[in-house]
Parts: sequence; structure tokens; C-alpha cells
Amino acid sequence: MTTLPAPTPLYTPAPGAAPWHRMLLAQTLIELKLTLRRGESVLLTLIIPVGLLVFFTKVKLLSNEQLGGRPIDFVTPGVLALAVLSTAFTGQAIATGFERSYGVLKRLGASPLPRGLLLLGKTFGVLAVEVLQIVVLVAVAYALGWHPHGNPLTVLLLLVVGTAAFSALGLLMAGTLRAEATLAAANGVYLVFLLLGGIVFPLTRLPGALQGFAKVLPGTALSTGLRRVLEAGAGMPWGDLGLLALWAVIAGVLAARTFRWE
Amino acid sequence: MLGPNGAGKTTTVEICEGFHRPDSGSVRVLGLDPIGDAPSLRPRVGVMLQAGGCYPGARTLEMLQLLAAHAAHPLDPRELLERLGLTKVARSTYRRLSGGEKQRLSLGLAVIGRPELVFLDEPTAGLDVQGRRDTWQLITDLRASGVTVVLTTHAMDEAERLADSVVIINGGRLVAAGSPAELTASGAQNQLTFRARPGLNLGSLLSVVPAEVSAVETAPGEYLVRGTIDPRLLAATTAWCADNGVMAEDLRVQQRSLEDVFVELTTGVTP
Repeated sequence: MTTLPAPTPLYTPAPGAAPWHRMLLAQTLIELKLTLRRGESVLLTLIIPVGLLVFFTKVKLLSNEQLGGRPIDFVTPGVLALAVLSTAFTGQAIATGFERSYGVLKRLGASPLPRGLLLLGKTFGVLAVEVLQIVVLVAVAYALGWHPHGNPLTVLLLLVVGTAAFSALGLLMAGTLRAEATLAAANGVYLVFLLLGGIVFPLTRLPGALQGFAKVLPGTALSTGLRRVLEAGAGMPWGDLGLLALWAVIAGVLAARTFRWE
Repeated sequence: MLGPNGAGKTTTVEICEGFHRPDSGSVRVLGLDPIGDAPSLRPRVGVMLQAGGCYPGARTLEMLQLLAAHAAHPLDPRELLERLGLTKVARSTYRRLSGGEKQRLSLGLAVIGRPELVFLDEPTAGLDVQGRRDTWQLITDLRASGVTVVLTTHAMDEAERLADSVVIINGGRLVAAGSPAELTASGAQNQLTFRARPGLNLGSLLSVVPAEVSAVETAPGEYLVRGTIDPRLLAATTAWCADNGVMAEDLRVQQRSLEDVFVELTTGVTP
């Protein structure tokens, strides 16, 4: 039998939880770092939205009359909505689904980090990525000649409530489906929204039956609400905001009830 | 905690860690309910899962720093990394680590918060010789520091070497408990083994030794005598060999190993 060196007391117990703000900061930073480190999430959250913004502004598939305005003024609010969806819903659902299957959520659940702080850290991570996306998209849009209208605070409120709705939907999916199923479904929903959400062409171009379905989707509510404010200078679009809030509450309650941590 | 695969070791540990609610009965860890008292219990307990538990895209040092940020008085992540032999892979992402490196990191995550109790679920499974040695060293250091270690394993030498007290479970039930010395000393205390020509008539041996002694040919030419092996029994056995013209080779008096106890308890077969 080999002998080990004499044991040394290097691990004297000193248990205790860190202050909550230190845990929250650490969780937010790791979420942000991991998102920015994943090539596919940078593609999804930045490259595709910027590409769509430039493409649909420069390539005139529809006339100004069909769009109800200049392409840049039509497309920018839609792409901002798409950016929120890609981060809060698609990116978060896929990442959380895999974290669940890799046992990360289980492992963190056994640490002093409360589950509420884990979710808050995720939310802050999502918001930080969104700030980055919005800065880049707004800069590109301005460079392309965008002239926004409306109250920035109204826009901010729409973006925040939209984030809540998409986060809740993303966590609902990630907390119940297998990671692989979440991956497929989250990408599928992204595509549906891109086509039916009034992102790059108006809902009125869709066949009648599809229009009715498209109108109740949260993505449509966000893109329509943003467009009313940013393109037309309208006040608070209560209908769109209410629909987003309804989605947030329903999906949030379902997610809280069904979420499985492992 | 010793037990064969599927005995319920991980389930037991995970109930203690608060991951599952017991179907029946109650569990207290440090006097607290693992689920109901989780907020006050978790800072005092370190957990090493059997597998996974890390962000695949996170670097080794980042994972340690993340868990360190959850504790009031954590160990220094870089120092711990050095002690775990992971400094070279500090900047490698978890998905690029070897199996052994993942195990070591997982062990580090269990202790970085300076808990008073750690649950280690098969910490040496799949490790090479050096990895096993380093892990044993860390566990003995934990003991020397006054940390209580709950370890699951199916490696007997590990339990024999590291444990002050062993419980053996099988089919979800506790079948034995005690120190390694108590477990190996219990029941038929000692055994005598020797090799000789196959097919000896052991009945004549049994007639010259005390009644509680048993003798079997465990394999052709391999003999096992069990009972209280004292000088008198040893003399009686060798005298019987001489009387029968038997050349006993490789004659040994052995204490039962923990492995013998384990096999007997978990399979019902006496080795």
C-alpha cells in the first residue's frame, strides 16, 4: 500500500452564504460571458438581426405604399422585436434546456444560491445582451437613415414587458421539454415569428386566416406596438402592451408550476 | 457508504442533499430538514454530483470562481486549482477537460465554500492511479480539517482506508454498519486457506476440530477453513494433513477483508 503525505488541515470549515448582491452579480456575469462566447448565439442575437435590417432596407421587395412608409422606418421596429425574441426566448430556452440536461441547474440548486437569484441572474444576463443588441441595431439603423418618433420610455416599457413574456415562454419550454426538443422547437418558433410576426413585411400581406392567428402572437404584439410608437409617434399602445402582459402572466405561471430543475 | 450498482447509494445521498423527497420516513442533516430548511443548510454542505453539473462553455477557473461567489468565506480559487492539479487547464472550458479533470473540478466545487459536511458521490470513479491518490489525499486533508465526509463508493480499499464508519446498503436497505475493523471482525472471525491436491475428504477434518468450524473446497485444490482460528485449530489442521499424507501449500491465516463481508452481505454467498 502506498502511503500518502501527512494530512494537512487546509479546509477548516467556515460555512456561510455570500451576500445576495455578490451571488447575483456573479450569476449575471457568467450568463453574459457564456452567451457572448457561444458563436451560435452571437449569430442569432446580432448577425441575423443586423443582416435582416440591412437586407430589407436596401432590397426593396415591397413599395413604400405597401409598407406604409419608408423601409428603414418599417423594418427597424420589427428587427428590434426580433432581437428581443432571439435573446429572451430562443437563446434563453436553448441555453437553459441544455443547462438542465447537463445538471448545471441541479448543481447550482445545491449551492447557497437561491433559485430566485439564479433566475434573476438569467434575466439580468438577457437584459445586458439586449442592451448590446439595441445599441448596435439603433446605430446601424441611424446609419441607414432611420428617423424614430415617440417617447423612448414607452419603447422601453414595451421592450421590458416583451422580454418578460418571451423569457417566461422560453423557461416554460426549457423546463418541461428535453434539451434537444427545446432546441428544435425554439428555432421553429423563431422562424414562425420571423414569417408571421410582422417583422419584415406587414401582416396585411398574409392570407386572412393566418392574419387572425398571427395577431395574437406575442411577437406580433411587440413588433406592432414598437412600430406604432417608433414609426407613427403614437402614445402608449395599450392593446399590444396588454396582450404582451397577458402572455407574460400565463406563461410565467405555467413555467413556475411545471419547471423541472433536473 | 458501500453498495453494489443500483443499491440506492446515489438516491440516499441525493435525498440528504435535498434533491428528492423521501417516499417514507424522515431525514435530518446536521439536525435540519434537507428540503424545508434548505436555505440554512445549503451554505453548510458541499455537494459533488456523480456527473455533470458544470456549464460546458465555462472555464475551469470561472466555475470555481462562480461557486466561490456563493460563499461567505471561500477558499482561494487559484490555490485550490493548484492543489487539484488543474492550473494547466485553468482557462480550458469544461467540455474540453478529460474525465479525470472533470472529476477533480467537481470535487473542488464541493469544497470551495468551506462547508462543514461534504457529500462525495463516487469521487474516484474512472480516475487513474494518480487521480485516485490525489483525491484520497484531499479527503484525508478534509478529515484532518474537521470536515465530515460522506463518501459513496464501490471500491473496498477506498472505504477500508478512508472511512471511520462504513454502512453497506443493498436493494435500498441498510445491511451492515460499523467501523471497517468491526465489520471485518464480525461473524466468522478468521479464515485459514491452503492449497493441496484436489478432492480431499474434508469430513475427516471436521471430526477432529471444534463443531462450529467449517471447511470447504472453494475451487479444485483450494481449501478454506472458517471459524475461530486459534493455535489449537491450526495445529489440528496441520496434524490432519500429516496423518493424511497431504502436503499443504500456501497455508495462510487471514482476517476477512471488507470485500468478503461486502460480497457475503450483498449476494448472500459466503466467499
